Amino acid sequence: MKRQSTALLSMLCFGFAFLYIPIFLLIAYSFNDSRLISVWGGFSTRWYSALFANEQIIDAALLSLQVAVVSATVATIFGTLAGLALTRMGKFRGRLFFTGIVAAPLVMPEVITGLSLLLLFVSLQELIGWPATRGVTTITIAHITFSMAYVTVIVQSRMLSMDRSLEEAGMDLGGRPFQVFLDITLPIISPAMISGWLLAFTISLDDLVIASFVSGAGSNTLPMVIFSKVKLGVTPDINALATLIILAVSIGVAVAGWIMLRQNRSLS
Amino acid sequence: MVDSKNNFATTPDPQAFVQIQSLSKDFDEFKAVDQVNLDIRKGELFAILGGSGCGKSTLLRMLAGLETPTSGRIIVDGDDITDWPAYDRPINMMFQSYALFPHMTVEKNIAYGLRKQGIERSEIDRRVQRMLELVQLGGFAKRKPNRLSGGEKQRVALARALIKNPKLLLLDEPLAALDKKLREQTQFELMNLQDELGITFIVVTHDQEEAMTLATRIAVMKEGQFVQTGTPAQIYEYPKNRFVANFIGTINIFDATVVELDDSGLTAKLDHSEILMKAHTDSAASTGDKVGIAVRPEKISISKQLPMGENITTAKGVVLDLAYYGNYSIYRVKTESGLMVQVSAQNRQRSSEHVVEWDDEVYLSWEQGSSIVLLE
Repeated sequence: MKRQSTALLSMLCFGFAFLYIPIFLLIAYSFNDSRLISVWGGFSTRWYSALFANEQIIDAALLSLQVAVVSATVATIFGTLAGLALTRMGKFRGRLFFTGIVAAPLVMPEVITGLSLLLLFVSLQELIGWPATRGVTTITIAHITFSMAYVTVIVQSRMLSMDRSLEEAGMDLGGRPFQVFLDITLPIISPAMISGWLLAFTISLDDLVIASFVSGAGSNTLPMVIFSKVKLGVTPDINALATLIILAVSIGVAVAGWIMLRQNRSLS
Repeated sequence: MVDSKNNFATTPDPQAFVQIQSLSKDFDEFKAVDQVNLDIRKGELFAILGGSGCGKSTLLRMLAGLETPTSGRIIVDGDDITDWPAYDRPINMMFQSYALFPHMTVEKNIAYGLRKQGIERSEIDRRVQRMLELVQLGGFAKRKPNRLSGGEKQRVALARALIKNPKLLLLDEPLAALDKKLREQTQFELMNLQDELGITFIVVTHDQEEAMTLATRIAVMKEGQFVQTGTPAQIYEYPKNRFVANFIGTINIFDATVVELDDSGLTAKLDHSEILMKAHTDSAASTGDKVGIAVRPEKISISKQLPMGENITTAKGVVLDLAYYGNYSIYRVKTESGLMVQVSAQNRQRSSEHVVEWDDEVYLSWEQGSSIVLLE
């Protein structure tokens, strides 16, 4: 018994170490005074000041946030509507086909999604003259397209586990269908929508491949800037940036987790 | 032969409050509800009883407006509500799962129906308060449903369905989710409440005991149709056919052939034996008909001595099984002719030893009037 638990414990430690040591190293090196990435030169916060002085990075970060917020919000709305249609509209013609195409972006390689969207935008530009340039708009549209699939799947599973008679009870008590949707359905699926939004937000913030395909000159998202900088050699201000992103994501995940825990407890 | 299909299509009750007229619901090829006719009077507690998949829930859902009938009409208090949407009907339903809104407190759950009617806030508060008291949930107003026990949830669901003062309350398996003790208690509460409010109740259940004790009238349903409608006693004592006889309570049914008819009833010979049984009947049987002679277990007396009397049927047998329930015992007796007969007897005398034991030779006897003749 004792030996087995030691073995288990060391495996657990190894697993966590594998996952988190690189991240902790990155955080530690963001406070490294040395210009060389792998040599410790004492504690300093100078890369943080360097980071905030770097307009290219700040602009890219703001652009990424803007794209992420807009695309996550639109994807949540569309994804929820798709999830509702798939679970509440009965067996309409082509339902199976619709389920399939909604889930397709989940398994499609990003390179193909990016390439096909680029082709779409180019041919649209030739045909109707819109979008005139590729940039924020095209990146946002591209992100909505594929993050919507994630929201749809999450909302759909929540709807399937929801007791249908709740909505029927709402109608029975005099609620018109749309009122019942607002009073009953929406509050119950809201945790799924929140987690869908967060997932869409993270995917958008994190995306390099698709954004590279559909962005134009001058509109670079944060992952694109980081990637191009790394190609020239990693500078410690990237470590500082990464540390800030890790911090922001941790806080976001913790808050979302807390909200969903509370919601689930009151719903179970 | 009695035609079970069209038996209820005749003579509409002039006092009917709820009228269901040749109501049908088809799901593709499957007839879930098939030409059902029913009249229910105001203030009745009517039970629809049937096994799973007999169409009872579909019928209830059509009344609530949650399912659209394929054909037929529903009339409540003079209004033809067949085409009214669920939210406009003066009918409320208590769902089997209770369907309490999980994100709302008890108070908000109960108030929902009134809020949708656009009633004034103070009026809503007053009525919710009164309803909470009626179902004895005074201290639970601010709780969420997940912090209630099964019985409390059931009472919230009931309060929520009653608050709009519906003309008709539908209850889908109201007691199914409760344990036995709570069920008995709730059953009486439900009856008292119905009596107090005077609202017409329709209860759907698969539990014959629930239907028998709650209802003023019962309809037994099978394959989308009503097999028999009547008071609990009528259905228990005068079942129309084998299905009803078997579905309600326990019964011994012996296959027999009619050999003689007279003024008081008929005499039938049991198949595979020489035993003759006499039974009263109003139905039109003729000599040579195959019938079932049915006797309820409690109508049969069991004794070690040969019973004497006029117009009784007797049989000799051996006790194979004995189950002691305290207030009564159930015996399974194998007669000389090889029939298995179930008998239940009150344990009137206090004794730690059974009067009749395993493997005892006993005489079974019952009065001619207790036998039921089943033609189908």
